[in-house]
Amino acid sequence: MFSNARLNERIAFTFLRVATGIVVAFVFVILYYIISNGYSVISLEFLTDMPRNRMTEGGIYPAIVGTVYLIIGSMAVALPLGILAAIYLTEYAKPGRLTWSIEMAINNLAGTPSVVFGLFGLALFARYFGFGPSILAASLTLGLLILPIIIRASQEALLTVPKEYREASLALGVTKWETIRRVVLPSAIPGMVTGAILSIGRVAGETAPILLTGAAYFLPRLPDSVFSQFMALPYHLYVLATTGTNIAQTRPLQYGTALVLLMIVLSMNIIAIAIRSHYRKKMRR
Amino acid sequence: MSGRKIKEKGIEYLLSLAGILAVLALLLLCIFLFRDGVMLFEKYPIVSFLTETKWYPTATPVHFGLLPLLLGSLIVTTGAIIFSVPLGIAAAIYISEIATPRVAEVLKPTAEILAGIPSVVYGFFGLVVLVPYIQRALDLQTGQTALTGAIMLGIMALPTIISVSEDAISSVPKSIKEGALAMGSTQWQTIYKITVPAALSGISAAVMLGIGRAIGETMTVMMVTGNSAVIPGFPSGLFEPVRTMTATIALEMGEVPMGSDHYHALFAVGSVLFITTFIVNIIASYIKQRYRFHL
Repeated sequence: MFSNARLNERIAFTFLRVATGIVVAFVFVILYYIISNGYSVISLEFLTDMPRNRMTEGGIYPAIVGTVYLIIGSMAVALPLGILAAIYLTEYAKPGRLTWSIEMAINNLAGTPSVVFGLFGLALFARYFGFGPSILAASLTLGLLILPIIIRASQEALLTVPKEYREASLALGVTKWETIRRVVLPSAIPGMVTGAILSIGRVAGETAPILLTGAAYFLPRLPDSVFSQFMALPYHLYVLATTGTNIAQTRPLQYGTALVLLMIVLSMNIIAIAIRSHYRKKMRR
Repeated sequence: MSGRKIKEKGIEYLLSLAGILAVLALLLLCIFLFRDGVMLFEKYPIVSFLTETKWYPTATPVHFGLLPLLLGSLIVTTGAIIFSVPLGIAAAIYISEIATPRVAEVLKPTAEILAGIPSVVYGFFGLVVLVPYIQRALDLQTGQTALTGAIMLGIMALPTIISVSEDAISSVPKSIKEGALAMGSTQWQTIYKITVPAALSGISAAVMLGIGRAIGETMTVMMVTGNSAVIPGFPSGLFEPVRTMTATIALEMGEVPMGSDHYHALFAVGSVLFITTFIVNIIASYIKQRYRFHL
């Protein structure tokens, strides 16, 4: 009986190990495949050239520029709003109907499919506000999409600031807002930065929302205002990989684009993870 | 003194506005989504939308039947969950209960990488690697099938399932596990008789969130499932092309005149998608709150 239980345990643990191994294998197979096929494509010209000859040659410069614009635009919307909302929720809000509604809204925004955000951005920003398919409409849409991520990360960061900091400051007669501004916020900044960096990765990779709100198949020049259409890395990859008659011919460009996109997103993730673990260790001390 | 108080109150109101804006965003999202969706039903009966078996948006007469798209989403999501739930939960148990802390510290961010990879990159990988593989391995006409989509979506749902279940499992109080071990249970008996049942609510929430992620995924399914809007059989439909609700919206919206019936039909599909994920999310947060550990 006893040895039977031991045997079961060994079988079960082997299964768990294999399952975990499979998950890890997925990560490495995908990364390896994109990196090994893409790295030879990447060069300075690839990063700084316009696409040429109906996108079968040349680089991805306008797509990189477009993605950078989207990052700047959406962060300008979501970062201030998200941090302020997080301060309200952690420092001021009392349990009640308002707090409940805000929490519920954030949870549901977080779970809403990105293509639905795209429809919303199309109907509200592009059509109703008359921004048209544009950097502005797409940035606002992506801003709303990452708002829950920024709020959650900022809330978590604020909650890790020890209560004693606040009490000490309040006991000295400092007002609540001054306490938050001078004592709480400075300690919470690393956590907030982590959330912001993670959402940069998210913005860079999102395709469906920008597909509906202004991403262009091909543009011969860079966008010149917030009302211009734009090219972006993820949509460029989708276009190269699925449309047109030259799919096989442009495969190297596809790998190159996928790798650049992957590098941007992964470096953001790695930076965020590094910041987080650095400060977690510091907190423990 | 009172000037200071007024300033403090003012700041509190300003901050609350930022929170209220999140509520406003959700409300506006519902209004604009449903408004354009409901406009379809002025010209096309809602009953036909829900019961018709054909999605022929550009034929005459037009057919805006939701069923093939809804069932397409359903078959792909079901496949993804069957594949990713056992794998994800097993990995979560391994990370929180068996791996040494150092190994766990490496495994957790590794699994997180899966969450960071953009969906279009998954789609691209699926297209160049999995699609030809499935076609050859199963000797099919095309490798762009519901199964291909299910596998890719399963991989994408893994990080959600792993991290949420891992949280639930590691939040089971140590005292309970130690009690079981002290009674002479093996570590495995403790895991499957004590720890996992105690964490079951969190694990179910993880599964629900994984389902939400899979239903809402767009680019990956659009690139690997072949996108033919026919009602899939089960399980034979797994080996044929299908088209999901998400893919339909993303594929067709570009070619649709704004304000046309087809435009409104896509918003109607979007509304159904939104309501589905909304319900899934509500269930997930309900389970999580209801059965949280109180000690």
